[in-house]
Amino acid sequence: MDYSFLQHYWWFLICLIGGLFAFLLFVQGGQSMLFSLAKDEKERMILVNALGRKWEYTFTTLVTFGGALFASFPLFYSTSFGGAYWVWMAILFCFVLQAVSYEFQSKPGNLFGRNTYRWFLFTNGLLGTFLVGAALATFFTGSDFTVNKENMADVINPVISRWGSEWHGLEALANPRNWLLGLTVFFLARTQACLFFINRLQDEKLVDRSRKFLLYNCVPFVIFFLAFVIWAFIADGFAVNPDTKEVFMEPHKYFNNLIEMPVAGIVFVVGVLLVLFGIGKTLLTKGYNSGIWFTGLGTVLTVCMLLLITGFNNTAYYPSATDLQSSLTLENSSSSEFTLTVMSVVSILVPFVLAYIIYAWNSLEKKRFDIKDFKDDGHVY
Amino acid sequence: MELLSTSLIDWSRAQFAMTAMYHWLFVPLTLGLGIIMAIMETMYVRTGNEQWKKTAKFWMVIFGINFAIGVATGIIMEFQFGTNWSNYSWFVGDIFGAPLAIEATLAFFLEATFISIMFFGWKRVGKKVHLTATWLTVTGATLSALWILIANAWMQYPVGMEFNPDTTRNEMINFWDIALSPVAINKFFHTVLSGWILGAVFVAGVAAWYLLKKRDTEFAKQSMKVAAGFGLASSLLIAWTGHGSAQQVADKQPMKLAVMEGLYEGGEGVGLIAFAIPNPAKESYNDGVDPYLINISIPKGLSWLSFGELDAYVPGIKDIIEGGYKEPDGSTALSFAEKQIKGKTAIQALADYKKAKKEGNETAANEYKEVLKANYSYFGYGYLDTPDQLIPNIPLVYWPFHIMVYLGGWFVLLFVVLSFFVYRNKDIENKKWLLWACLWTIPLAYIAGQAGWMVAEIGRQPWTIQDVLPLQAAVSAISVKSVMISFFLFLALFTALLIAEIRIMLNQIKKGPEDH
Ligand code: HDD
Ligand code: HEM
Ligand code: HEM
Repeated sequence: MDYSFLQHYWWFLICLIGGLFAFLLFVQGGQSMLFSLAKDEKERMILVNALGRKWEYTFTTLVTFGGALFASFPLFYSTSFGGAYWVWMAILFCFVLQAVSYEFQSKPGNLFGRNTYRWFLFTNGLLGTFLVGAALATFFTGSDFTVNKENMADVINPVISRWGSEWHGLEALANPRNWLLGLTVFFLARTQACLFFINRLQDEKLVDRSRKFLLYNCVPFVIFFLAFVIWAFIADGFAVNPDTKEVFMEPHKYFNNLIEMPVAGIVFVVGVLLVLFGIGKTLLTKGYNSGIWFTGLGTVLTVCMLLLITGFNNTAYYPSATDLQSSLTLENSSSSEFTLTVMSVVSILVPFVLAYIIYAWNSLEKKRFDIKDFKDDGHVY
Repeated sequence: MELLSTSLIDWSRAQFAMTAMYHWLFVPLTLGLGIIMAIMETMYVRTGNEQWKKTAKFWMVIFGINFAIGVATGIIMEFQFGTNWSNYSWFVGDIFGAPLAIEATLAFFLEATFISIMFFGWKRVGKKVHLTATWLTVTGATLSALWILIANAWMQYPVGMEFNPDTTRNEMINFWDIALSPVAINKFFHTVLSGWILGAVFVAGVAAWYLLKKRDTEFAKQSMKVAAGFGLASSLLIAWTGHGSAQQVADKQPMKLAVMEGLYEGGEGVGLIAFAIPNPAKESYNDGVDPYLINISIPKGLSWLSFGELDAYVPGIKDIIEGGYKEPDGSTALSFAEKQIKGKTAIQALADYKKAKKEGNETAANEYKEVLKANYSYFGYGYLDTPDQLIPNIPLVYWPFHIMVYLGGWFVLLFVVLSFFVYRNKDIENKKWLLWACLWTIPLAYIAGQAGWMVAEIGRQPWTIQDVLPLQAAVSAISVKSVMISFFLFLALFTALLIAEIRIMLNQIKKGPEDH
C-alpha cells in the first residue's frame, strides 16, 4: 500500500465517520423539537427518554471524528481548531451542555430545575447542528488562514498555522453559503428525528404529530440542501495540480469530481434518492414507519460523498481563501506513512465495534417504546 | 495577527489545567466505582442474593451521575490540543494523535455502548449478559485511561519517534516503543490504582454515613465488605507503583525529581525528606540561601529510592543547570548553557536546511540535516533564554508530592484497620471513630489524586514534550482575551455543573438504596 493510498483511505474513513455523525444528529434534531413536538410533560418525558438512550452514540462519534482527524490529518487539527477557535469552542460548549442534561434533568437537587436542562438540550439541538454544518461548509468555501512550517525555526514566534480574521472562525457566518449548509444540517437533523420518533414511539398522538412535523421540516431541508449543493457545483472549487502541487481555482470543481469519479457520483445520487425515498414513503403511506432506515442510510452515503469530493481527485479539502497555497490537501497535511499504516491496522477492528453497537442497539429495541417501558427499565431520565 | 506573549501562555496553561483538573474530579470515581459495582453484581449473579443486586444498582445510579459529567468535561480536553496548543498538534500530532484516536474507537465506544445495556437492560437481557455488559463498561473506562496515559507518558518521555525536517515535525517510527514505554505502563497502573482507591474510599465513606445514621445497615455492610478489601489491595499496590513512578522520574526527568524534593544541591547518598518546610526566602537556585527552614530526612533515602543504591548520585537543581556530574550511563552531564547552544544550533540548522532545499542545494541541505540530527535531543532548549526557565514552580510540586505520599500512607493505615474490623469483627456499627474517619477520608482521596497530577504536570514545566518542545513553541496564536473568555466560560459552566452534581449525589444518597 503506498502513501497516497493510505491518505485517501483515511480521508474516506473521516468522511464515513462524518456521514455516520450526520445520521446520528437525529438526536440533536429531536432535542430541538422538545418544546414544539411535545405538548405536555408526559410527551416530553417520552421524547427525552427515547432520545436519551441514543445520545451517547452521537457524542462518541463526534469524539471519534476529532480523534481520527488528529491522528490522520494533524495539520487540519492544528489549523482549524486553533484558528476557527470560536466556532469550535461554541460547538464544544453545546455538547458539554448536552452531556449532563439527560442524566441530571429529573434528579432532585439538580440546582437549575428540569426546564433549564431541557433548554440546554434545545440549545445543543439548534446550535450544535447549525454550527457543525456551517463549519463543514468552509471545506467548500475556504477560510482565512496561512500555514508556514518554516516558522518553527523562528524562536520568537514559532506558530505554524495562523488565522487572519480577528473573529477566529465566526467570520464564516458572513458567507451565505455557510448558512445554507448550516440550515441544511439543522433541518436534516429534525427530519430524521421525526422519522426516528415515527419508528420508535408507540404513543399515537406523538407519532401523528411527528408525521406533520416531518413535512414541515423536510421541505426547508430539501430547499436548503439543493441550494447549497447547486451553488457548490456551479462555484469554482479548490483544485490541486498533481504535478506542481499548486492550488488553483477550477470552475465547477466539485461537480467535476462527481463526474470524474463515477462511483462517488453514483453513490451520491443513490444516497440522495434514499433520503428522499424514506421521507416520501413515510409521508405518503399511512402506518409506514421504516423511513428512518432509508433516510439514515441515504444521509450516511450522501454526506460521506459530499465530504469525499472535497479531498479526493486532487482537491484541497481545507482551503485557504486568503492564501491559496496554504490550503490543506490530503498530501500536505496527513500523518506520516508509518502512522497511517499503524492506524489502518487499528481500523481493522472497526467492523467489530460496529457489530457490538448493532447488537446492543437491537437487544434494547425489541419493541416500540412507551412510557411504561422506561419506568420498567428502572433508569428514567 | 497576535504575537505570542507570556500571558497568552499562562492563560492557555490555566485553561488546560483547570479543565483537566475538573475532568479528573470525575474520572477516578468512574474507574474505581466501576470495578466495585461490577464486583457487587458478580456477587449477585453468583449467590442469587437479591440484596447484592440492590446494592449494585444503587452504586450504578451514582456511577451514572458521575459518568455524565465526566463525559462532559472530557470532550473539551480532546479538542483543546487543537484549539489552544495548535503548534503542538502539528509538531507531535503524528505520534500523539494515534493513542487519542485509538482511545475513542476502541475504548469510548465500548463504554458508551455497554453502559446502555447496564442501565436499560435489566429486563431485556439475561443475567449473565447483563453482568458481562457491566464488566465491559468498566473495561472501556479502564482502556480509555490506558490510551490517554500512554499519550501523557509520551510527553514526559518521548520515544519511538524521529524528527523529519521536510515536514517539520516528529514522526512515529515505532508504535510499541510508545505504547509499551516503561513510563506509560507505570503511569497506567499508578493512575488507575489511584482511581480504585478513590472508589473504595468513596464507597466506604458513604456506607459509613449510613451506619452512623443506623439505616440501610445490610446494604452498608455489604458495601463495606467490598470496599475494605478492594481499598486495602489498591492502597498497598499504589505505594509500590508510586515508587516505580519516582524511579522513572529520577531516570527520565531529573529536574522534576529535584523539584519534588526541593533538592538544590545534590550529591551521593542523598537523604529522603520525611518532613521539611521549604524556605520562602530562597529566590534563586544559586543564591546560597538554605532551601529549608526545617528538614528531617532519612539518610541516603532518596538515592536508594531513586536508583536502588544507597550511594547513588542524585543531581540537584543547581547541578542540573551547571552540569558536569556523571550521568548513570557514564557520560558527563551538560550544563544548561551547553544544551542551549546545541538547541539553538539545531533550530538554526533547521532554518538553513529549509533554505538550502528551496534553493535546490542538496549537498548543503544534507550537511545541515546532519547538524540538526546531532543536536536534536536538545532542540527545545533553543527556545529558552535563561536557566531559571528550566525550573518548575517549586512549592506547587514540592507540597503536592509530599501531600500525596503522606495520604498514601494514611490510606494504607485506614484500610488495614477497616479490613480488620470488617472481616474479623462483626460490629463496626459501633466503631464511631472509624466510621467518621472513613467519611472524612473521601475529600482526602480527591486531594491525593489532584496532587499527583500537579506533580506530574507542573513538574514537567517548561516542557510540553520533555526537552523537545517548550510551552512557548506549543501554543496557538490566538489573543489572550479569547483564551481568558473561554477560560471563564468553562470555569463558570463546570463549577455550576459540579455543584449540581454534588447536590444530586447527596440527594440520591439520602434517598438510599431502597428506592432504586
Ligand atoms: C489516590 C491517589 C494517589 C496516591 C495515594 C499516590 N499517588 Fe502518586 N500520583 C497519583 C495519585 C496518587 C496520580 C493522580 O495517579 C498521578 C498523577 C499523574 C500520574 O501518572 O499519576 C500520580 C503521580 C505520581 C508521580 C509523578 C509521576 C510523573 O511525573 O509522571 C510520582 C513520583 C508519584 N505519584 C509517587 C507516589 C508515591 C511514592 C506514593 C506513595 C504512596 C503515591 N504516589 C501515592
Ligand atoms: C486528567 C488528569 C490531568 C490533570 C488533573 C492534569 C493537570 C494539569 C495541570 C495542573 C497542568 C498545568 C501545568 C502548568 O501549567 O504548570 C496541566 C497542563 C497540561 N497537561 Fe495535564 N493533567 C491531566 C492529564 C493530562 C493528560 C492525560 C495529558 C496528555 C495526554 C495532559 C497534557 C497536558 C498539557 C498539554 C498541558 C498544557 C501544557 C503545560 O502546561 O504543560 N494532561 N495538566
Ligand atoms: C488530556 C487528556 C484527556 C483527554 C483528551 C480526555 C478525553 C476524554 C473525552 C473526549 C471523554 C468523553 C468520552 C465519551 O464520549 O464517552 C472522556 C471521558 C473519560 N476519560 Fe478522559 N480525557 C483526558 C484525560 C483522562 C485521564 C487522565 C483519564 C484516566 C486516567 C481519563 C479517563 C476517562 C474516562 C474513564 C472517561 C469516561 C467518562 C467518565 O466517567 O469520566 N481521561 N475523556
